[in-house]
Amino acid sequence: MADHIEEKIKNYRTAPFDARFPNTNQTRNCYQNYLDFHRCNKALSDKGQETSPCDWYQRVYKSLCPMSWVERWDGQIEDGNFAGRV
Amino acid sequence: MAHPSQLGLQDAASPVMEELLHFHDHALMIVLLISTLVLYIIVSMVSTKLTNKYILDSQEIEIVWTILPAVILILIALPSLRILYLMDEINDPHLTIKAMGHQWYWSYEYTDYEDLGFDSYMVPTQDLVPGQFRLLETDHRMVVPMESPIRVLVSAEDVLHSWAVPALGVKMDAVPGRLNQTAFIVSRPGVFYGQCSEICGANHSFMPIVVEAVPLVHFENWSSLMLEDA
Repeated sequence: MADHIEEKIKNYRTAPFDARFPNTNQTRNCYQNYLDFHRCNKALSDKGQETSPCDWYQRVYKSLCPMSWVERWDGQIEDGNFAGRV
Repeated sequence: MAHPSQLGLQDAASPVMEELLHFHDHALMIVLLISTLVLYIIVSMVSTKLTNKYILDSQEIEIVWTILPAVILILIALPSLRILYLMDEINDPHLTIKAMGHQWYWSYEYTDYEDLGFDSYMVPTQDLVPGQFRLLETDHRMVVPMESPIRVLVSAEDVLHSWAVPALGVKMDAVPGRLNQTAFIVSRPGVFYGQCSEICGANHSFMPIVVEAVPLVHFENWSSLMLEDA
């Protein structure tokens, strides 16, 4: 599975169409991938596994989310103020 | 960009805009034909020498001028809906760019690979070089590769703005806290201008948008240069 993800990441151009978010409003697309990256990291590192499969989510949220939003959320996570469930 | 005393739409630089342009021609032609007919009828009714004008009835003409408008409306609706669904098709973008509206400038972020971000301020009139366009030029342009599907995510950092480029047939509101997606393909190389399209304060008229479409190789060179400068 890790190879499959690596292959996908190697050929990454930009965030592909996500059928869960087919409409104009992509706010949730960005936020969901940000959450999924952190949840994936937490879940895999808790189990002592490699977190490279989580890189996909990171590439997607980096493509979609404005840099200011990511900086703000990263700061909140560091301070322990992040509202999302990670 | 628009030229002086322009009446029609700007030349299309994307397939969707081409469709919109042809549809506009089609609908406007219908409107002009109907208006000419109505004006002619009014003039002839007002200037007639006939005296017995007010007791007229005919089933046949009533049928004609009920069915014919319905047919005309269908002739307008079918191409209109075709374009509506065409604009909504699922596309597979090659590049994602974020356009963030601020008071009073746009900033563009290209974060698919590296974190490239820069601001785009209008060039003040006194700093213009001969050949540049007043109130339309910016210090940094949004450069895109031509003939590639581009996804633009539009948002705002303070108040409402709107990102519009008429030649590409694109307009999308920039709402703080919301990420609005629009997509286009630029069919030919060139420089395309737009202006902020949602009132946003004192300098709303002075935060233009400039899209520069270049071949992919030039786009890659430009983005490497921009990353070095950052």
